[in-house]
Amino acid sequence: MVVKVYGSIRAACPQRVLACLLEFGVDFELINVDLDSNEHKQPEFLQKQPFGQVPVIEDGDFRLFESRAIMRYYARKYADRNPKLYGTTLDEKALVDQWLEVEAHHFNDMVYTIVLQKLVIPKMGGKPDLALVQNCEKKLEKVFDIYEQQLSKNRYLAGDCFTLADLSHLPGIRYLINEAELGHMVKEKKNVNSWWCDISNRVAWKKVMQLME
Amino acid sequence: MAIKLYGAPGSTATLRVRACLAEKDLDYEFVNVDMGAKEHKKPEFLSRNPFGQVPAFEDGDLKLFESRAITQYIAHAYADKGNDLIIKDVKKMAIQSVWMEVESQKYEPATSKLIWELCLKPMWGMPVDEAVAEENEKKLEDVLDIYESRLSESKYLGGDGFTLADLHHLPNLKYLMGTKVKKVFDARPHVSAWASEILSRPAWVKATATVA
Repeated sequence: MVVKVYGSIRAACPQRVLACLLEFGVDFELINVDLDSNEHKQPEFLQKQPFGQVPVIEDGDFRLFESRAIMRYYARKYADRNPKLYGTTLDEKALVDQWLEVEAHHFNDMVYTIVLQKLVIPKMGGKPDLALVQNCEKKLEKVFDIYEQQLSKNRYLAGDCFTLADLSHLPGIRYLINEAELGHMVKEKKNVNSWWCDISNRVAWKKVMQLME
Repeated sequence: MAIKLYGAPGSTATLRVRACLAEKDLDYEFVNVDMGAKEHKKPEFLSRNPFGQVPAFEDGDLKLFESRAITQYIAHAYADKGNDLIIKDVKKMAIQSVWMEVESQKYEPATSKLIWELCLKPMWGMPVDEAVAEENEKKLEDVLDIYESRLSESKYLGGDGFTLADLHHLPNLKYLMGTKVKKVFDARPHVSAWASEILSRPAWVKATATVA
């Protein structure tokens, strides 16, 4: 039975889950949720995800939401298929969790606000808060400074192997480089740039990008 | 001592870890970080947490930051000590994980902004931004409506027993219960009962004994 993933291929959080499923070789069916027509806020969808957000996964009669919880579930369930993705020792797992928290709190908040202000609000006919965008961009530069330092010591964020912590960044950085036109933040930093080139060339992520076309 | 926690007594993130250590009945050395003197922004502390935030944590050679990564490490590494904070079954653990993400992504942003406006700003004589407070109170109400529904079906947020999914809420809950926002918790019977219960846990009482 394939895992059903409810979401839009264009949205960051479903992309995060799909990349993870592909890394673990889990077959899935992507069921589109039409965000433009507010399908995610309708009662039928709210039954699946009370906060009205994508993605939701249904694995038989087992349902989960929150992309990072979904990632951790599949990483535990299929640890033997790709043990390094969530660390093999308690210490390694702790470092993956640490950098996943960094992504969720320091990185994601900034990217989310930038995308909301620069893309979503203008698309809905609203006026973006440019001061807020500038503020977020400054904070994001500082986050990338820290990543630059971390990546000078390790090949990947949590150590020498690619993990969920790196994977979790893929959708957000894609947005920054493409729609948000802030690619310079990545390209101007030697280690961050090498890291991005490495992780964005992984087979699993390239398959997600193909699905977008 | 193998376990060291670098933090500030009033910091919600530091309290989150202290709560976890207390539930697991673990001994540790608490190293005070003088935030008033901006110690958390100085090179020595930045080498422990490059983001310049408390807490930072050590267990032997392992060095960690981010309170929710630290609590998860403690819960797994010391699974056989103190109270269980992680459900072992993989599917049930995933459900617990969902509600840990909800706390982190939904509850934390609204409550931390409210704490800033209603608790911290007044403490430092700064004017409260009522618009921001109102906006975040509304966001918190929307989140708690969903909690009310969840807690009508499940004794605790993460499942049948108390876990990190509940524990992570405690520090922000403690602060907000001392403000006008207490009413939004009181207005929802299941949320109110859950909040009272977890706030009265002996480990939480022990963890907050050091905080004014």
